[in-house]
Amino acid sequence: MVLPAPSDRATRDDLLVTTLPPPTSGQEGDPVVVATPLPGRAPLREDPAIGASIAPRAVEVRPLRPAPAEAATVDTEAIPASGSMAVEALDAWYGRFRAIRGVSLEIPPAAVTAIIGPSGCGKSTFIRTLNRMHELTAGARVDGRVRLDGVDVYDASIDPVRLRRVIGMVFQRPNPFPTMSIHDNVAAGLRLTGRLGKAELDDVVEHSLRRAALWDEVKDKLRQNATALSGGQQQRLCIARALAVEPEVLLMDEPCSALDPVATLRIEELIAELRRSVTIVIVTHNMQQAARVSDVTAFLTMADDRAGYLVEMGPTPTMFTNPSEQLTEDYISGRFG
Amino acid sequence: MSGMAPTLAQAAVRDRLSRTGLSRRAATDRIMRALAVAAAVISVLPLAAVVLFVTLNGAGALSLDLLTKAPTALGVGGGAATAILGSLQMVPLAALVAIPIGVAVGIYVTEYAGPRSASVVRFAADVLVGVPSILIGVFVFTFLVLPFRQYNAIAGSAALALIMVPVIMRTTEEILLLVPRSLREASLALGIRRWRTVLSIVVRTGLGGILAGVMLAVARAAGETAPLLFTALGSRLINVGGFGQPMDALPLFIYNNSRQPYAALNAQAWGAAFLLLVFVLAVNVAVRGRSLFRPSPK
Repeated sequence: MVLPAPSDRATRDDLLVTTLPPPTSGQEGDPVVVATPLPGRAPLREDPAIGASIAPRAVEVRPLRPAPAEAATVDTEAIPASGSMAVEALDAWYGRFRAIRGVSLEIPPAAVTAIIGPSGCGKSTFIRTLNRMHELTAGARVDGRVRLDGVDVYDASIDPVRLRRVIGMVFQRPNPFPTMSIHDNVAAGLRLTGRLGKAELDDVVEHSLRRAALWDEVKDKLRQNATALSGGQQQRLCIARALAVEPEVLLMDEPCSALDPVATLRIEELIAELRRSVTIVIVTHNMQQAARVSDVTAFLTMADDRAGYLVEMGPTPTMFTNPSEQLTEDYISGRFG
Repeated sequence: MSGMAPTLAQAAVRDRLSRTGLSRRAATDRIMRALAVAAAVISVLPLAAVVLFVTLNGAGALSLDLLTKAPTALGVGGGAATAILGSLQMVPLAALVAIPIGVAVGIYVTEYAGPRSASVVRFAADVLVGVPSILIGVFVFTFLVLPFRQYNAIAGSAALALIMVPVIMRTTEEILLLVPRSLREASLALGIRRWRTVLSIVVRTGLGGILAGVMLAVARAAGETAPLLFTALGSRLINVGGFGQPMDALPLFIYNNSRQPYAALNAQAWGAAFLLLVFVLAVNVAVRGRSLFRPSPK
C-alpha cells in the first residue's frame, strides 16, 4: 500500500532507510511522529524560477508509510516550521572520553544560531552530532536525542546518508574536490547521489553559485579546476556545493577560521543572505562574528573533566549585553577562553 | 651612536656573535659534503653501468629477425619472437588478474578495514613482497603444474600475478592514505554514500598515483625470471593463445640463451635484454618522470 507523500518536508519520509520493509499502516509503536505541513517559509523548490529544475528530486522520495492518523492528534500550534532542530540531553563520546555532556537546546528555523565557547569545549563535536557526522569517527557515539522537525534523527529507521542531504555542512578549511571543475564541485552532491540529469544540473549549479554569491566571479570559468580559486572563493564554492542539494539546515564549523578579514566579511554577508531560506548553525571562536551574524547564541564551555556543556543560550543581543550567567559574561568580556 | 667608539655593551655583543672556530668547522663541512656526494655517485653508478653495458652489447643485436623469428637450435637466423609474444601474453593476463585484486585490497585496507585487520592484511602483503620469487614459482608449480603434468602459461601468469598483487595493493594503500580526510568528509556530508565517496572522490583523487603503482608493478613482473622457471618453463616454439602449453618470455629467453656456448644465441640474449631494459626504463621514466601524485598538504 503506497500513498503519495503529502509533502516530503513535513513527513520526513525522505530520511528513512529505504531498505527497510514498509510497516503496515496503523501499527502500534511507530517510532516516527509525523507532522502535517505548515505554512512556514516557502520551500525553495516552489520558487518558480528554479522550481522546474528542482522538481525531479521528488522522484527520489519514496513514501514508505502512509501519513499516520496520529498526526491529527498532534497539537499543530506546537509543530515548528520546517528546518527547526531540538537537542535533548545530548552526550557525545569518543571511546571513553565524554566530549559533550547533557546539552539541551533548540535551534530556531530560518535563523542563525551561533555556538561559541573556548577551544576544546566540544563546539565542533556538538555540531557534528547534528548531521551524524560525529559517528564516522572510530569509537564515537552519542546518547540523547537530536530532533529535526520533531523527528529523532538517531532513530533506527533514519538513514544518516539521507539525513545529511537535509542537513548540509561546511567545514573549517575549504575542501573542494581537487579533481573536479568548479561546475562539477557544485554538481557533485546531486550527481553522485543520482538525483538529476545533466541538463538540469546546469541550472542548479548556476542557482547555487548565485546563492553563494560566487556566480559573477566564476561564471566564465566553470570548467576550470576548483583549486585555482582563492581560499575565500573556495569556501563560498563549498557553501554553493552544500546548497545545491537543497538542505534545510546548514551547519558551518568555523567557516572563516582559515580566511582573511575580507573573505570573512563576504561569508558573513552571505550568511545574512541565506538565513531567510536555510536554518544556519555556525560554530565560531570569534565572538564578534557571532555577535554580527547570529540571531541566537549558545555558549558552551568545558567542565573539569573536559566535557563540554551548555552554560546558557539566548537571543544574541541579550547574550552579549546582559547574559544571565557569570561564566558567559566572563567569556564574552575576554576574562577567559 | 654611529661614529662613536663602540661601547662596552656593543663589544660584548660582538664578542658573543663573532665567528669562532671557522676554519675547522668549514673543513668538516666540506669533507662530509664530499662523502655524501661520493655515496650518491656510487649508488647511481650501477644503474649507469647496466644501461651502458646492455646497450653496447644489445643494441647491435637488434634486427628484424630478432623481433619476428622463432629461435633456431644454434641461433643462426633465429630470433626472440617466441619470448616477445610470450611476455606480451603472460604479463597482460597477470595484470588483468592482479590489478583488480590489488586495487580492491588497497581500497579495503584504507577505507573499510578496522585497524587490526588492516595491519594483518598489510603485514601479509609485506611478507608476500619479501618472499623470494623462486618460491612463488615453486608454490604455483605445485598447484597449477603438477596436477596437469604440464608446464603452462596460465601457471606463469598466476606466478607473475602473485608478485604484482602485493605491490599494487601497497601502492594503492599508500596513495589513498595521502588523500585528505577532509575530502571524504566533504563528500559524506553531502549525503553521498560510502561506496560512491570511495570510488568517485577518494579513488578518483588518487587515480594518478594508483596508475603509477600499477605500471611499476607491471614493469617489475615483466622482468621476473625465477617464477617462470617452474611454471611457463620457456619454449622454442611460437605460442599464441596456447595458455595450456609452455610459453617463452623475455627473461627466460635471456636466461636460457646466455648459457649456451654459441655466439649467435648469446647475441640474441643481449638483444632481448636490451628490449626488456628499454621497456622497463620507459615505464619507469613515464611514471616517475611526470609529477607523481601529490595532494596539497592541507
